[in-house]
Formats: sequence, structure tokens, C-alpha cells
Amino acid sequence: MIAHALTWRRERRVLPGFGLSLGISLTFVSLILLLPLTSLVGQLSQLSWSQYWFLITDPRLLASYGVTLFGAAVAAIFNAAFGLLMAWVLVRYEFPGKRLVDALMDLPFALPTAVAGITLATLYSSNGWIGRLLEPLGISISYTWIGIALAMAFTSIPFVVRTVQPVLEDLPAEVDEAAMTLGASDSLAFRRVILPYLWPALVTGTGLAFVRSLGEFGAVIFIAGGKPYETEITSLMIFVKLQEYDYAGASAVASIVLATSLALLLAINLWQGRFIKRLHGGRG
Amino acid sequence: MIRIGDAPRVRRLLIGAALVLTALFLLLPLVAIFAQALMSGIDVYWQNLSDDYTLAAIGLTLLVAVITVPVNLVFGVFLAWLVTRFDFPGRRLLQTLIDIPFAVSPVVAGLVYLLLYGRNGWLGGWLDAHDIQIMFAWPGIVLVTLFVTCPFVARELIPLMQAQGSREEEAAVTLGASGWTIFRRVTLPNIRHALLYGVILTNARAVGEFGAVSVVAGAIRGETNTLPLQVEQLYQDYNTVGAFTSASLLALLALLTLAAKAALEWRAARRETAT
Amino acid sequence: MSIRISQIEKTYGYKGHGSKGHGRTRALEPIDLDIHDGELIGLLGPSGSGKTTLLRIVAGLEQADSGSIHFGDRDVTRVHVRDRRIGFVFQHYALFRHMSVFDNVAFGLTAMPRATRPSSGEIRSRVMQLLEMVRLQDFAERFPAQLSGGQQQRVSLARALALKPDVLLLDEPFGALDAKVRQELRRWLRHLHEELHFTSLFVTHDQEEALELSDRVVVMSNGRIEQIATPDTLYRQPANRFVFEFLGDVNRIEGDIEKEVLTCGNARVAVPGIENGRQELLLRPHEVRLDEQPSTRAHLPVSVTAVVPVGAEVRLELEADWLGEPWLATISHADFERLAITRGKRLFAQPSRLHRFDTSRPQTLAPLSAS
Repeated sequence: MIAHALTWRRERRVLPGFGLSLGISLTFVSLILLLPLTSLVGQLSQLSWSQYWFLITDPRLLASYGVTLFGAAVAAIFNAAFGLLMAWVLVRYEFPGKRLVDALMDLPFALPTAVAGITLATLYSSNGWIGRLLEPLGISISYTWIGIALAMAFTSIPFVVRTVQPVLEDLPAEVDEAAMTLGASDSLAFRRVILPYLWPALVTGTGLAFVRSLGEFGAVIFIAGGKPYETEITSLMIFVKLQEYDYAGASAVASIVLATSLALLLAINLWQGRFIKRLHGGRG
Repeated sequence: MIRIGDAPRVRRLLIGAALVLTALFLLLPLVAIFAQALMSGIDVYWQNLSDDYTLAAIGLTLLVAVITVPVNLVFGVFLAWLVTRFDFPGRRLLQTLIDIPFAVSPVVAGLVYLLLYGRNGWLGGWLDAHDIQIMFAWPGIVLVTLFVTCPFVARELIPLMQAQGSREEEAAVTLGASGWTIFRRVTLPNIRHALLYGVILTNARAVGEFGAVSVVAGAIRGETNTLPLQVEQLYQDYNTVGAFTSASLLALLALLTLAAKAALEWRAARRETAT
Repeated sequence: MSIRISQIEKTYGYKGHGSKGHGRTRALEPIDLDIHDGELIGLLGPSGSGKTTLLRIVAGLEQADSGSIHFGDRDVTRVHVRDRRIGFVFQHYALFRHMSVFDNVAFGLTAMPRATRPSSGEIRSRVMQLLEMVRLQDFAERFPAQLSGGQQQRVSLARALALKPDVLLLDEPFGALDAKVRQELRRWLRHLHEELHFTSLFVTHDQEEALELSDRVVVMSNGRIEQIATPDTLYRQPANRFVFEFLGDVNRIEGDIEKEVLTCGNARVAVPGIENGRQELLLRPHEVRLDEQPSTRAHLPVSVTAVVPVGAEVRLELEADWLGEPWLATISHADFERLAITRGKRLFAQPSRLHRFDTSRPQTLAPLSAS
């Protein structure tokens, strides 16, 4: 077994450039990624537990956690539905302008977040194109949680569409046909047959959209307004603390944001791995 | 062929909903950017564009892109070569590490650089003593942009190079080709579309990064304002038309990015059907 | 339940408007076919012959351009696939991979409207009964990925039979399986069919499969039915050259005929009752006999270029100057030993039968008097 692994490894080293690419990659990763991240750990290590606890449980901060989580959850749920609809329509139907619509799905990734931020803020402000229409109905979006969720939803639109789309494209026609020959109606076949196929991609996409929304900054701050306890998101809290030169406070909050994102990403990966294993055999 | 959801009523309903929502959430904001920028006429638009601070911001943004894109291109190619062509302990860890910038909030990215290079940071004292300014100057902006954009090229290349395997390169080795020749004549032709797409994404993000840059830039007009920061400042100054003028440039770049992506995908699809 | 297919026609339209499409391709000429209650019919043909299209039109998975389909007295031409009460078995099984074997088989029953749906106890006993029938009762809780190809196809069959369909349709049901499993499943399907008496129609490109399974075989090519007959008739009395060639290996000899003798280079064979002129005649490998000497009626020198013993017989490949492409011959082991055949051995071929298809009715000619 070991001998086999060794010969295999030597075989792989037939190709040149191992030393060079290892050197460059490690240097880059260390300098650009790891060194800065360790500085966060260094900053935090100067704090005692009680200080740390005090910093991260500031009531205004706690409120910001709530605002951020709630906004991101709403945005993720919206995107799950919208992304599923778009993926379905783009894969299953032909209609004029389809390629344009398909290309537009990536706009939120291509458009700088600050641009998205001021645009949404302008559109939905009380005298903006849309805000003006909603004002008489008593709905205000700017400076409310709706605006935050809206901006978060906008920047994370591509996640669900682009994860579900390829899976739906690969779904064999026989799956539809088998369900239909067994007498299933469209809605039943979609719910019980097609949706389970899309489920891993849908959950992954929604999860990624949620993580992205948690950390979103540029797109949200303009429409949110940053009213303490009400429309202040956690990223903005870090920014505010930095402007007050409160590096310890900013680091403490950043550690929470970072840990949450990484934990969620890890959870998504693990879940995906388990799910896929079940579908592709792995006896027992 | 008959498939689920083929009934005309269902189809019309779903396509209609998709088109309305796309128009509302994606097309309308795009139109709004240009409408706002041109609100006061084309003359004001040109005036705003040729504003000194705006020109300086464009210059700085270009500088950032011109440095970050090649650096990350080289890094991305080497990293992809390393993790797809060799097996070594820590390979998976390395792949996971470079995804971190995707997960990290941009503000946190800016913060960690501030902690490292800032006046009170680990290297701050040393840098101060040698009169090297990184934070609140263009080198800091370049560094955080490198951080934020480093996964893009590698992320595009790794799955592709993994799928392609190293058979062709091994064949080239047996024919006596040198490392550089192998890369240039065997690997590169196979990955050039993915590479180009990675570069386009890196560029889009490098030009448009806001959160991380705003932490380390210090917002000094005419000096450390990139285009997105300029957009923000003008907007905060209630100069809406000015803000959207700069924003329209970025939106234009976004449209070019989308067009380039569509063109690459179209060509790839055509090649697939041709074979 | 009988199936009556009348004047079913299908043309595929322009593929991708704008691009350089292939224009319209005719998938099915008007087709008529009557299938009796309880019959097992094989649709046989090369790929592109329209057999799968016909099957899918019967299922309701494709729409015909014109014509009608009746199940018994029920006109189902415009009935949606989900209401046709058919069972369909797909080549690649098409099991729902996220459902257990049990849930796959139960799917059709649980998909019924609440008013007619059996109770969950009834569903359970019905599913277990079906699984027992396909001998998979111990696998109810497994997922499809944990089963072999043959087992998956059996689940797929049980699933298709769960709703007691009027008609069972199978699209290349054994095409994705290896030879041994295919044999076993064929025998088992035949058995199941005799037991349950459903009417079924299956598509295959494998002549052996069609001949072994079917009560009647429908041979198709280019969107047309070439012949409908029992396996026996089909083999003995092929309606035309296509059917003859499609049903087995064929040897050809072409030459000029004068006074009932065909000449081709240095080869000659007497063909009684044939008019003068240029002719191509066909014969099957088992219709070639070999001898060390020419006979008075046939002088066909050949040399053996390959020897393949297969089961009860030996397959030989024969070459000669007068042959365009090599002949195949199958001979008994006894003859093989008697003639001491090795590669390179020179022998003389003796056709026991020759077939010609250029006339309005196919003709079988016997150059040798039965000896």
C-alpha cells in the first residue's frame, strides 16, 4: 500500500515545476492571506475573555446581529424562490430575449457593490422611481429592514441561479417522463421528483447567498441608513468602530463575522458531501 | 417531446413572472444608473467625467487593476498547476485556504490589513521608522485588492484542469519538452478560455471593490480614492449626478464583463457542438 | 387490451430555426399496426428506423402529426401520457434516485388523486407483492444506486406494473445490461408476460432478442414497417432484402448468368430456373457447406482466413479472388474435424440455398439437390 503510494507519487512528479509552483503558491498564500489573518488573532490575543465578551455583547451590536441575520435570511429565501424560477425558465423554455436575461443574471457579481448600493437607494427612496409608487401605499423601503434585505438579495442573485441551472440542464428527460407515465400531475412531479434532484444545489446556492449577505457592506449601507438598533448591519459596526480607532472592538466583531461565515461554509460543504454520497451508492 | 411544465398556461405564467422580476430587479437598476448620470444632460455628464478628482480616481483604479490582475493571474496559474498536477500533503488545505476571501466580509478583509500594516499594527512601527506608507495610500489598496481577488483565476482553472488530467502534459514530457514549452504549447491552449474568464472576473472585482478598500484608503480626494470610493463620496455630498456619472463608468465595465462572459460561453458551446 | 395504430405519421421540423437546419426529416411514414390483446410484440430495426418514435407515440411521450391510436375501444390519440394508463420501462431504468426501491414502486399509487388512492396499508401490500414478483423483496429499503443494473431494471418493471397498466411499453429494456444478465431478464420477462397477460410492445435493435421474446416481430427501417410476422416466418420467409440482411449475417455473390450458371471470375455455380443476365444472390453462413473437391454443380474455390469456434459450431471466414468481401460460414465440429481445417486451407464452397430479392416476390433457389 505504502509502496504503491510512493511509486504513484513519483509518477506524478514526472511533470516539471513542482518546486517553483509550490514556492510561489505558499509565499503568496502566506503573505497575502495568512499573515493578515494572523494579525487578527494577534489583536484578539491582547484581550481577556471578559473584555472580549463585553465587546461582542454590546446591546447595539447584538441588535446589529439580529438585523443582519434577519436581512440575510429574507434575502436568501427570496433568492431560493427567484433563483429556482429563473433556472427553470432559462433551462426549460425558449423565449425571445432569453440570452439577454441569462446574461443579466450575472450583473450583481459584475456590478461594483457601491454602485448597486447607491442605485438601489435612489430607486427606492421616497422620491425614487419605485419608492414614489410605494409611498402612497404606506410602504417605505429605504432605511428599513426591507431595504437591507433587498440590497442583500440583489448582490446574491447569481448564487442560486448558477448552482441550480447546470443540475437542471443535466436532469435527463426520462425523469420527467417516468413521473408522467406513472400518472403524476405537473405539481406533484415537480414537488416529489424534480425538486429532490435539485435540492442539494438549491440548498448550497441558498447557503452561499446567505453567507454572502451576512458580509455584504457596500450595497447595503446606502439604503440601510445605519440607524442604531434598527438598520445597522454588523459590517457597518466594524467600519464605525474602525473610524473611531477602536481596533480591539472592530477585531472582536470581525472575529464573530469571520467565524460565522467559515462555520457556515464548512457546514454547507459537509452537508453536500453527505447528501451526494447517499445518492451515488456507498453501500449500506 | 413532452415534459413537465409544458402546458402553455404554466409556461406563459412562469416566463411572464421571470421576465417581470428580471426587469424589476436587474434591468431597472441598470437603466436607472445611466438615467441618473445623464439627468442633467450630456454636457454636465462630460463635465463631471473630466473633473480632476474623478480623473484621479480613474487613474488610481486603473493602477490597482494593472497590478492586481497580472499578479493574481500568475499566482492563479501556479496554484492551479500545483494542486491539479501534483499530490502532496496539505493539498486540500491549500485549496480551502484560497476560498477564504470569498467567505470573508470585505470590511473584515480591510480590517486585517489595517491591523498588520497600520500605525499600531505589527509592522506599523517598522514601516513608520523607514517612512514607508502602506495604509491610506495606494500600496494598501493594491494589497487588499489582491486579497479579495486572489481566488478568481485559480477557481476557474482548478476544476477544468482537474477534469482534463495530466495525460497530455505527460506525453509532452516523454517527447522531451521543457516545462515552459509544455505549459505554453500543451496546457495553455486547453485552458485559455477559463483563464480569460478568470482574468475578466478578477478585473471586474479589482475595479469595483468597495468595502475592503474603503477601510484602508482613508478617502483622500485626488489621492486614495478609487472609482467606487469616489462614487460613495459624491453620493454622500448629495452630488447625485456626479456619483452616477462615475457609477455609469463602472456599470459600463460590468456590461462589458457580462458581454465577454456571454461571448466566451457562446464560443465554448459552439466548440462543443462542432466536435 | 388491444392496440390499434392507424395512419400514424411523424415529421420532425426544422432543427433550430435560423441555423442551417437539416430541413424536415420524416421519422414515420403513415404506419398501421394492430396488436392483439395479450400479445408481446417486438419492434425491431436499426437506429433511426423510427421504432422508438413509434413506441413513444403509443406512450403519449411524443405527439404524432396525424393518425390515431386506440387502446381497445378507447381513442387515446389526444389523451395525455399521464392519463393513458400505460406502463413504460426506460432503457436506463429512470429510477428516482432519491427514493428507496419501495418508494419508487409505490410512486404511481401514491400519485393517484386522493379519492381513488388506495390506503397506505393497501399500497404497502401491493408494493411488497410486486417486489416479490421481481424477486427484490429484501431490497425494499435500498436506494437505486445500491443495486446492479439488472436489479434496477427489475425495479423499473415493478414500478411500471404497479398501476396495472393496460399496456406495457419497453424501450430497449435490456440494452444497457451485459450479455448474461440480458439473457436472464429476457427469459424472465417472457415468463412474467405469460403469467400476467398484459399487452406489450418493446423496442430493440437486437434480432436475437426480438426473435426470442416476441409473439410477432415488426421490422422497421426508414420510418416504414418492412414486415410483420412471427419469428419463425420472419426468418424463413423474409419479405424483402432488408429484412433478410437485418436478421442475420449475409454472404453475397454477384456474377453473370448464362444458361442457369452463374460465373464470377474463376468461380461457377449452377442455379436452376434463373434467367440470363447480371445477378446478385445472397446466402446465410449456415447455407455454406465446404468440401475438399468441387462438385459438378459448384466450383467455388475459397481459402480459410479465420477460425472461431463458437459453442456448437465453428465460424469460418473465407476469402477468394472472385469475392468482393469475405464470406462467413458456420459448420459443425464434425465437419471441421473431418476436413482438418486450419487457417490458409483451400476448400470449395457448396451453397445449399441461394436467395434473390430483385424480383417482386423473394425467391429461394436450390443449386444442390437435397442430398
